[in-house]
Amino acid sequence: MTVLTFTLIMFLGACCAGLIGSLTGLGGGVVIIPLLTVVLGVDIHYAIGTALVSVIATSSGSAAAYVKEGITNMRLGMFLEIATTAGAIAGALLASVAPTSFIAILFGCTLIFSAINSLTKKSEHHVEVSSNLANKLKLPNTYPTAIGVTSYGTKNVIGGFTMMSVAGVLSGLLGIGSGAFKVIAMDNIMKIPFKVSTTTSNFMMGVTATASAVIYLQRGYIEPGICMPVVIGVLLGAMAGARILLKANPKNLRLFFAFIIIGLAFNMIYNGIVGNI
Amino acid sequence: MESKIRDRDIQYIIGNLLRYGVWIALSVAVLGGIIYLFNHEQETVHYGTFIEQNKTIFALISETISGTFSGSGDAIILLGIILLFLTPILRVFFSLIAFFIEKDYLYVCITLIVIGIICFSIFYGFAH
Repeated sequence: MTVLTFTLIMFLGACCAGLIGSLTGLGGGVVIIPLLTVVLGVDIHYAIGTALVSVIATSSGSAAAYVKEGITNMRLGMFLEIATTAGAIAGALLASVAPTSFIAILFGCTLIFSAINSLTKKSEHHVEVSSNLANKLKLPNTYPTAIGVTSYGTKNVIGGFTMMSVAGVLSGLLGIGSGAFKVIAMDNIMKIPFKVSTTTSNFMMGVTATASAVIYLQRGYIEPGICMPVVIGVLLGAMAGARILLKANPKNLRLFFAFIIIGLAFNMIYNGIVGNI
Repeated sequence: MESKIRDRDIQYIIGNLLRYGVWIALSVAVLGGIIYLFNHEQETVHYGTFIEQNKTIFALISETISGTFSGSGDAIILLGIILLFLTPILRVFFSLIAFFIEKDYLYVCITLIVIGIICFSIFYGFAH
């Protein structure tokens, strides 16, 4: 395949990945990796590096708006970044020694989990009373809602911190933003309102991904020829997706794409087990 | 109340930093991509096999800069990617300054720990 054909296919594929990613609520990286490995036969190490670069671009791009609106909890994000960056580095170092078939199988399982998670209905948490540790760390905050600025409390800091380390390891090992796991840590464990946890998770992704991307850069996982069409395509796709989301019924779209992603996940697990990846 | 206003200023600056950082980085990458395509369009790709490298970040940056000045497409794309990585790192440094101005020393420490972890990955990230 020539560079020109490859670039064009990658660009179109990445546009679709960004579109699907923004419609399902999954990160672009989750769709990019099976596309590169299963469909285009790119080595999984290059796929991980490329996905991580696109995670940084989409996360910084969309986090900007939420930060300005004051939804993102920057103290919470900074505190939890200790866990995610440390985890991400451990994951990236693990990626260079772990066999590719193991990475592919783990990725497939994560993909199935994330796809199912994107389909489940999120309940809005709201706690008034915070734990002592949360108060010491100044984690409780306010955010704008339809009924004005609302304050919220925070619980179970240690549990959330631990879950964040796991999210960090997966991010570094698999080249994904692992947004689903970050939201579980904040939403389900720390009882933070859904809107705050998704935007703060998005805000954190850039720093988490950069911590491991630096390692990938030094080891040659980040190939400019693959990254360029993918990053641009994912961003364009994500922007288009945000527009479609306003008009179309997102529920049916999510269901449709979640099944496609689960199909890709089984394909990766199968290829991992038989040793094709 | 005073500290709330400061928080909002910081949010505004960080929001802009992220947005412009991404756009600048991507423009550089697109420019590099166009040059890269013009020079290599008919070559065959070999992305099926992974070739592990082992370079320090400083060697990579100096190669990227000298490559950029000689007009090499892939070096310019890499420059764009490095600029993209700098955006969240700059955000962390900016938060450090902001927490310092707010005299929130607990968060100055927390931010310093995060910076320490990122530095660790920069200096020990390549296989020795």
